[in-house]
Amino acid sequence: MYVYDEYDHKILSQRVAQFRGQMQRYLEGKLTDEEFLPLRLQNGLYIQRVAPMLRIAVPYGMLNSAQLRKLAHITREYDKGYCHVTTRQNIQLHWPTLEDVPDILAELATVQMHSIQTSGNCIRNTTTDQFAGVAPDEIVDPRPYCEIIRQWSTFHPEFAFLPRKFKIAVNAASEDRAAVLVHDIGVEIVKNDAGDLGYRIIVGGGLGRTPVIGSVIREFLPEKHLLTYLEAILRIYNRYGRRDNKFRARIKILVRAMGPEVFAEKVEEEWAHLKDGPATLTPEEIERAKSFFTSPPYKTLDPLAAESVVQEQAAQEPDFARWLSRNVRQHKVAGYAAVTLSLKRPGVAPGDLTDRQLELLADLADRYSFGEIRTTHEQNMVLADVEKTALYELWLELKPAGLATPNIGTITDIIACPGGDYCSLANAKSIPVAEDIQRHFSDLDYVYDLGNLELNISGCMNACGHHHVGHIGILGVDKKGEEFYQIQLGGRQGNNASLATVLGPSFGQDEVTSVIQKIVDVYVENRVEGEEFIDTFDRLGIEPFKERVYAKAS
Amino acid sequence: MPKLVKDGQLVQDPWQLVDAEATLESLPEGKIIVPLALWVEHRDTLWQRLPDIAVWLNGDEEVDPLKEDTEALPLIAVNFPTFTDGRGFSAGRLLRERYNFRGELRAIGYFLRDQMFYLHRCGFSAFTLDDRYEAEEALSALQDFTEYYQGAVVEPLPLFRRRQQG
Repeated sequence: MYVYDEYDHKILSQRVAQFRGQMQRYLEGKLTDEEFLPLRLQNGLYIQRVAPMLRIAVPYGMLNSAQLRKLAHITREYDKGYCHVTTRQNIQLHWPTLEDVPDILAELATVQMHSIQTSGNCIRNTTTDQFAGVAPDEIVDPRPYCEIIRQWSTFHPEFAFLPRKFKIAVNAASEDRAAVLVHDIGVEIVKNDAGDLGYRIIVGGGLGRTPVIGSVIREFLPEKHLLTYLEAILRIYNRYGRRDNKFRARIKILVRAMGPEVFAEKVEEEWAHLKDGPATLTPEEIERAKSFFTSPPYKTLDPLAAESVVQEQAAQEPDFARWLSRNVRQHKVAGYAAVTLSLKRPGVAPGDLTDRQLELLADLADRYSFGEIRTTHEQNMVLADVEKTALYELWLELKPAGLATPNIGTITDIIACPGGDYCSLANAKSIPVAEDIQRHFSDLDYVYDLGNLELNISGCMNACGHHHVGHIGILGVDKKGEEFYQIQLGGRQGNNASLATVLGPSFGQDEVTSVIQKIVDVYVENRVEGEEFIDTFDRLGIEPFKERVYAKAS
Repeated sequence: MPKLVKDGQLVQDPWQLVDAEATLESLPEGKIIVPLALWVEHRDTLWQRLPDIAVWLNGDEEVDPLKEDTEALPLIAVNFPTFTDGRGFSAGRLLRERYNFRGELRAIGYFLRDQMFYLHRCGFSAFTLDDRYEAEEALSALQDFTEYYQGAVVEPLPLFRRRQQG
């Protein structure tokens, strides 16, 4: 994991002082609400429905145990004892007081954490694959490149007041787990025919009120040109992106208006001036970034022996077997596994973690996974480096803490924004809808029989809950002041990302779960051997689902 | 009277800003900053007034029309219609880095004390300040950060190149 040096520390401590001054000037009335707005947003501070909200950056999802303990302390001292993992792999506090925020930032800085650029019209936290560095299918570990982008984008003087927010994701695996097709810029690390490392650059994807799948504007960008090329894209966007209408201001609108080919030409033209300039990456810098993400001291393990131990434990304990089948993934090193800890237990808002859970996770990370843990954009946590023979023991510790729900990738592993319970933008609540669905689908055998089924909920069209790319997407809408829910089907994330289709007129909150049941029934009745929900949907189209859901009661 | 901070000091402003509606005939005597459109239209005539003439433009205007003039002009001002409009930051870098403008690059209009550090890094050397800012406060704003990751006009080398030297 990246470790700050004196430069990083200096920049961060100057930021803490700067924000303390801004807050003071605001409280003294020297900054208007309007002026303070972008300044506080660039520090992750929202004024929400019931209280301020502070969004803490978790660069590309990496946390260590000291950071977890500090977060636990902060949630206890300054909040109500819990926090929330977001779909950008960040962590949110929903109950801090405004005046405490500078102190919280000072505390965070002691463990190399901050809230820099977690909101506002600037370059946001770069996200990546939660299995980076341990995934068997990756070309290279994407995290050094994420760190290079983090440093370049942090306090970038030219791009702090963009037309709108700007999100970059990096993927280096054959399976896209970073949703690069639905980001402002998707960076896909690839190798060309000559075996050289480089990037496929995708621009103008995004969800929100105008969901768009991104366009490839460059098939292969050589490794050293990453930052100059990003700078060229950002400059074109900063200069020509629309600023007259907030809802038309994302880069996807510009790319669409120009056409991806013309946009690409503009970028290339700009890049011609920047190419080979000082921002060109040096081999030393790439090596330096990589040096923070070397393999931990893995033991040489006998994979067959480990596997037989695990199989024996699984045979005796069906609950453990279930958890193994859904929450444990293959690791590139023999005898190790990557474990996803579900934050989707019924009765708890998706992605919420208590102070005690954070502390337990810190201990577990120290004991089982070299002191590190990751957040995922599906709002779960990952212990990436667990010895297979220790899985059973780990599971026994996770269970009583409510962190062993064996539902990863199933219908109850719901992605949901905080929704109308917290967010002032929301049209409708998300959390109670998620909870109702989780309670309804409580029979694990049935849930497993349904297999991989991604259900995503957003409380408004800003789409923080990624409803457009859920196999089943639920969108909260406002109808004359009342909360309704629109259902969408057939979206997906990943390499073949596609956007969902609206099923039809929306439903009241009390109807949603029964509608989901009907949709699932259509799948179960029509699936052919081995077909997942999304495959059946692709084959049948939306009509049979529509017919069932909107059938007149007979 | 607006204050002018230039090259890190509070100074008297010898220049007079001419608004966007000005015509060739209405221009006052003395050192003046004229709008880009007027400069482009009457370039040859106005050229005669060098070095007592300068140009201002809005952040959303292209800087390319000035590319032949950057050596001759003593001052270019970029206007911020509102502080959230970040186009002027790119304009500053383009003037400095692409068109090698070496004169006074001045930020005018509505920007915040909190943006001066960024503006300075994008090449702005002078700031026409709102009445509400004390000069000292504005000067200290230029020092909000003393280290930076990426290269820009002020410190063209990104930190990674300087880290290696150190």
